[in-house]
Amino acid sequence: MRIDIHPILQFDREREISFLYNGNKIKAFEGETIASALHAAGIKVLSHSIKLNRPRGFFCGIGKCSSCLMRVNGVPNVRTCITPVEDGMVVESDVQQLPSAEFPGSNKEDISVDILVVGAGPAGISAAIEAGKRGVSVLLVDENPMLGGQLIKQTHKFFGSRKERAGTRGIKIAEELEEQVRELEKNGKVKILPGTSVFGYYGGGSSHMLGAANKMSNVMYHINAKKVIFACGAQENMLSFPGNDLPGVYGAGGVQTLMNVYGIKPGKRVLMIGAGNVGLIVSYQLLQAGVEVDRVVEAMPRIGGYSVHAAKLRRNGVPIYTSHSVKEVYGKDRVEGAIVAKLDENWNFVEGSEEDVKCDTVCLAVGLTPSARLLFQAGVKRDYIPEAGGYVAIHNMEMETSVKGIYVAGDSSGIEEASTAMLEGKIAGLSASISLTGRDSSTTAKMEEYIKTLEEMRRGPFGSKAREAKRKILEEASNEGI
Amino acid sequence: MKEYERTGVISIEEIRVPSEEQLKRGVAITECIQEIPCNPCVDACPVNAISMEDINSPPFVDYDRCTGCAQCAAVCPGLAIFVVKLEDESALITLPYEFLPLPEKGEEVEALDREGRGVGKAIVRRVVKKKDNTALVTVSVDRKLAMDVRNIRVLR
Repeated sequence: MRIDIHPILQFDREREISFLYNGNKIKAFEGETIASALHAAGIKVLSHSIKLNRPRGFFCGIGKCSSCLMRVNGVPNVRTCITPVEDGMVVESDVQQLPSAEFPGSNKEDISVDILVVGAGPAGISAAIEAGKRGVSVLLVDENPMLGGQLIKQTHKFFGSRKERAGTRGIKIAEELEEQVRELEKNGKVKILPGTSVFGYYGGGSSHMLGAANKMSNVMYHINAKKVIFACGAQENMLSFPGNDLPGVYGAGGVQTLMNVYGIKPGKRVLMIGAGNVGLIVSYQLLQAGVEVDRVVEAMPRIGGYSVHAAKLRRNGVPIYTSHSVKEVYGKDRVEGAIVAKLDENWNFVEGSEEDVKCDTVCLAVGLTPSARLLFQAGVKRDYIPEAGGYVAIHNMEMETSVKGIYVAGDSSGIEEASTAMLEGKIAGLSASISLTGRDSSTTAKMEEYIKTLEEMRRGPFGSKAREAKRKILEEASNEGI
Repeated sequence: MKEYERTGVISIEEIRVPSEEQLKRGVAITECIQEIPCNPCVDACPVNAISMEDINSPPFVDYDRCTGCAQCAAVCPGLAIFVVKLEDESALITLPYEFLPLPEKGEEVEALDREGRGVGKAIVRRVVKKKDNTALVTVSVDRKLAMDVRNIRVLR
């Protein structure tokens, strides 16, 4: 299952290690997560549902879906997809036993900081860099072991303007961002806590109290921050059809993590659901990883992603079926195939149009939902904006929410893409810094420049959804006096 | 709705086909017809042959100025730029290629059209490996296929 040669990526597998999984010794390489190492060993069933005991497999790969929870070195409910595997680790799945009520007495650490940034993806790192450069103290926290959010799996070159790094692969942009923020860390401007989850908001006022924990090293952080920027990203949407919970049904982003970050193939033959940019790009990347893509099906009558991405797939022989969707996925304990069928103009399956697609992997690329629960816990004014992908925090042009001192950026503030997330991050970082150090002509000019570039990126026909989402959000913000 | 929005394959009518004279010198053909916010090809052109009204406009190549150097084909994030040059008997197609194994100079490969169908054989004339891992492969194909061949399959 491990990819040896790849046209774009190189996988460092320098140190081989082993760990115990339900008593069996499993080989892994340093740098892999527990769930990815299990996948490489052919273990696709990671847990079972509590009530009906149905098998659960790898789905999101970024700590959002909870199908991979296991007991690791005695610690209950560890998200194995974002926990690096270590030599000699003891991993147990389906532990049918409540964890001990005794709290193991964690090490507590208090941190006071000017700006807390939650999430180290393109928006969060950009915010931390922007603020860190301006002399305020910054704490950057992310629950993943690596910085860069979803950029670390984006092997394609980015679109956009040359000055915003267009033509550069996402993985390279992640490296550049990490380099810049590590430089600020060296100079004591930014403190970085990877592998650490911010789990709750405990009140505000002149400053904000939040709790965070690094589960595996048993450290709890009490954070007191004057300003907080939430850049928590998004999670992949599920689609309802019989068999959608079978191991082998993945989020397209989960597959991207598995193959582009850890160099592990999801399977041999894939059915892709959704022809937006994510579905098209991941299909192409599957081909690059040496995986067959049977077809892409798209429920809408037209392809949602860029035609240039669709063209890359088509000239490599992958068909795209618009007005088609998946009716069911079948198999015993794992995906063995899927029934796809044509949709009529009322979104009903056309009888007799069913086709049996033999595949061991089904990828869902059917949109994202903003991860914004911490914001809602903090009590920000929110609304359901379909064009933004769901409930989002109402925010103004400078990314501040209805709770003073709380900002939002990136997919958390409405689903878009990495180039705009980086700009929103810069705006939030600048805006939070200004609120601490004051506004002058140079910060005003900078703010105007960022906002202008952002508007330019959203101008074309493909930006219409984001434009509409932001128009509604800004209109509500203005009505609320934010 | 345009047909390519349903199929993902653009037709020859949607491309500005250069004149025979221009093709004989070798020019870049941008198969990028939607309004998407993207402009690296404009900056990459050493002779300012590519222009755009704004970042969302599709690129416009001045075929009389274009030298066919393929710098734009190397940077295009959509892998949507091809350089076509007509010779006496054959056509040279330079295309971006991101798969392994890379073909080698002199190797015979299968020529594919925009739908991935084999349309004949192609001989690899040149392979330029780029630092960012998008290779530029130049193949020669039957002259009649100049506007059809947009991909190759290595037969090894």
